[in-house]
Amino acid sequence: MTRAVATLLAKDLRVELRTRESVPAMALFAVCVFVLFHFGLDQDAIDGALAAGVLWVTLLLAAVLGVGRLFVAEREQGGLEGLLLAPIDRTAVWVAKAAALFIFLVALELVTVPAFALLLLGPGLLEALGPLTAILLLADVGLAAVGALVAALAVESRARELIAALLFLPLVVPVVVAGAAATEPLFSGSQAPQELGRWLVFLAIYNALFVVLPVAVFDYLLED
Amino acid sequence: MTSLASTSDPSAAKVRRGFGRGLVPLSAVTLVAMAAALGMVFFYAPLDADQGFVQKIFYLHVPMALVALVGFIAAGVMGFAHLRSGDRRWDLRSYVAIHISTILAVGVLATGSIWARASWGHWWVWSEPMLVAFLIVFLLYAVYPMLRFSIEDPGRQARSASVFAVAAGAFVPLNFAAVRSAQSLTHPQVFSTTGGGMPGEMFATFLVGLVAMALLFVTLWKLELTAKHAAEQLRAVRRRIEAAADDGDPVGGPVAEPGRPLAGAAS
Repeated sequence: MTRAVATLLAKDLRVELRTRESVPAMALFAVCVFVLFHFGLDQDAIDGALAAGVLWVTLLLAAVLGVGRLFVAEREQGGLEGLLLAPIDRTAVWVAKAAALFIFLVALELVTVPAFALLLLGPGLLEALGPLTAILLLADVGLAAVGALVAALAVESRARELIAALLFLPLVVPVVVAGAAATEPLFSGSQAPQELGRWLVFLAIYNALFVVLPVAVFDYLLED
Repeated sequence: MTSLASTSDPSAAKVRRGFGRGLVPLSAVTLVAMAAALGMVFFYAPLDADQGFVQKIFYLHVPMALVALVGFIAAGVMGFAHLRSGDRRWDLRSYVAIHISTILAVGVLATGSIWARASWGHWWVWSEPMLVAFLIVFLLYAVYPMLRFSIEDPGRQARSASVFAVAAGAFVPLNFAAVRSAQSLTHPQVFSTTGGGMPGEMFATFLVGLVAMALLFVTLWKLELTAKHAAEQLRAVRRRIEAAADDGDPVGGPVAEPGRPLAGAAS
């Protein structure tokens, strides 16, 4: 199981490093959305709830792109059959894909969050960086878990990317709820550690559900 | 032609035994319950002191919401039963439950919107967490038919749909918790007037309305299952006739078609 996951993950990362298809596209998209928000809101600097909302919605929309491309190599080159023929636990496929998506999301945020601070954010980022990193990492686990499940669900369908996006967005509403609410005090200067802990617990519960659920059902999804 | 009749007979009997059984008496009971619920809403339940006549939409809105939510969660359990057993009929049950729950969800959103307009003056109120959570659930389940019917292979279709049903069914309670906790930070709970101190007559009316709505759900569910299964059988028979006409073979030969999954899974 561990070896299968490691092999699959290494394969996905190698593909990404050689083709550079997902992460650069996601990052570019996110920066474009910041520019769009600048003109759409007609504001040079934003803070508080508005800043938290803009950041989270942008991250999610960029994540949608990554989710849509998660199984592209498998589908276009017929690799899915190869995976199914391999004598490995099907859950390993989900774990590897979720891990790859998690790494993509972290890479995306390494670019996007500084860009956001540079382009739009009014208050400084440095004092908020610690809690924000914790929130983002915890949220990324949930996003990656849901994203890998949704991508596998949509891979057999005709309108793959469309369905993956439409499934992904409603499912991650709780992440936006928790993420934006926890980020908001960080961007408005007033720290609220009590509330932060509550939202981190909430994100952890969400993650637990969407890690247990695919482990329970993923075997059946990729049968025959 | 006699051979055709004889091959389709056992599965036809299965239709009656499996899906359509008791549909007529159930419909009658549902009709009586719906009539009783409506009668109680208009002639028995007292007028609400705050909201007046508009509050009576509560007897339709809340039972519909509860039944739809239970239907979504039940569909998840049925989807899990399909994944576990491989019995395609569980997938059909799950699909039909989601279908009817989605229709009820549209009704919930419509009645909720009307109620919000009447009591707060706005057609849509973001501070009412149940309504918002319901919208998210509805948006999620609206993708179910898109996912289901964009997968050609029947076995894959059933499995993907079941996985969706399980994941979404587990998501429903979590989503309500999430939206509620998002609201409680900034907004007080506006809506405790409907829950706590409800007079006995109102509560009785609500219970009858809930039972009637649950019966309506089960009746529609069984009806659609019967119709879907019958249509499936009809298609299979038609395909056999066409295949027989093309080949010039007698109809009753052993045809193992992928289009007859239900009868095959049932036997």
